[in-house]
Amino acid sequence: MQHEIITDATLVSNYIKGDESALEILIKRHKQKIYSFIYSKVYDRDVAEDIFQDTFIKVIRTLKRGAYNEEGKFLPWVMRISHNLVIDFFRKNSRMPKFDNNNEFSIFSVLSDTSLNAEKKIIKEQVENDVRRLVDELPQDQKEVLLMRIYNDMSFKEISDRTGVSINTALGRMRYALINLRKIIDKHNIVLTN
Amino acid sequence: MAKIYSENSTKNLNDLKPKEETVKFLLNYSKALSVIDYNKMKFEALLN
Repeated sequence: MQHEIITDATLVSNYIKGDESALEILIKRHKQKIYSFIYSKVYDRDVAEDIFQDTFIKVIRTLKRGAYNEEGKFLPWVMRISHNLVIDFFRKNSRMPKFDNNNEFSIFSVLSDTSLNAEKKIIKEQVENDVRRLVDELPQDQKEVLLMRIYNDMSFKEISDRTGVSINTALGRMRYALINLRKIIDKHNIVLTN
Repeated sequence: MAKIYSENSTKNLNDLKPKEETVKFLLNYSKALSVIDYNKMKFEALLN
């Protein structure tokens, strides 16, 4: 109970003077508040423990170096340090995506949301329309082969059967169709991106 | 009647405390750390 009587400011100045037990009282007095504050942000006991430890390492170093000058505001100062460390933690994590190493297979590590957002959907539609218009510009024989191969997903064997030309001719037409498409795109500086 | 589903977690949040080892580590760290002043420069030394 005697602990409660001594103010934080007195304990801090005692600690700076070399009284190690003052730090113990300070930590015990505020550990629950600081730890729950950190936990309420990170929601992970181990991470909270690490940040709590780093917070007090900073506190100890600052006090021992004599760089502390906010007498009477010990707790808000410690809270500010822990708050900054929490921000550092999230910054570091966003740069370096974490893999949960808890031996549990996470389906989300192999599955991701590949659906496009509204803007990308519109861009995709525009690109597809542009490509269709370019295909329409191709000579009929090349256009025919390209449509069967790309849009109907037919094999060159099927294309050769359907059009009555050899497989090699179909392959050649496909090749020229792509070359011509690239030429038109280059000539008109068309940008097809998504 | 509205139920407060978060009641338990809020209560738990207030019971949270760091591990005893962490506190012990910090106290030992503090005892081991000494800052040496030399020509307006400060050096930290960890003596275990």
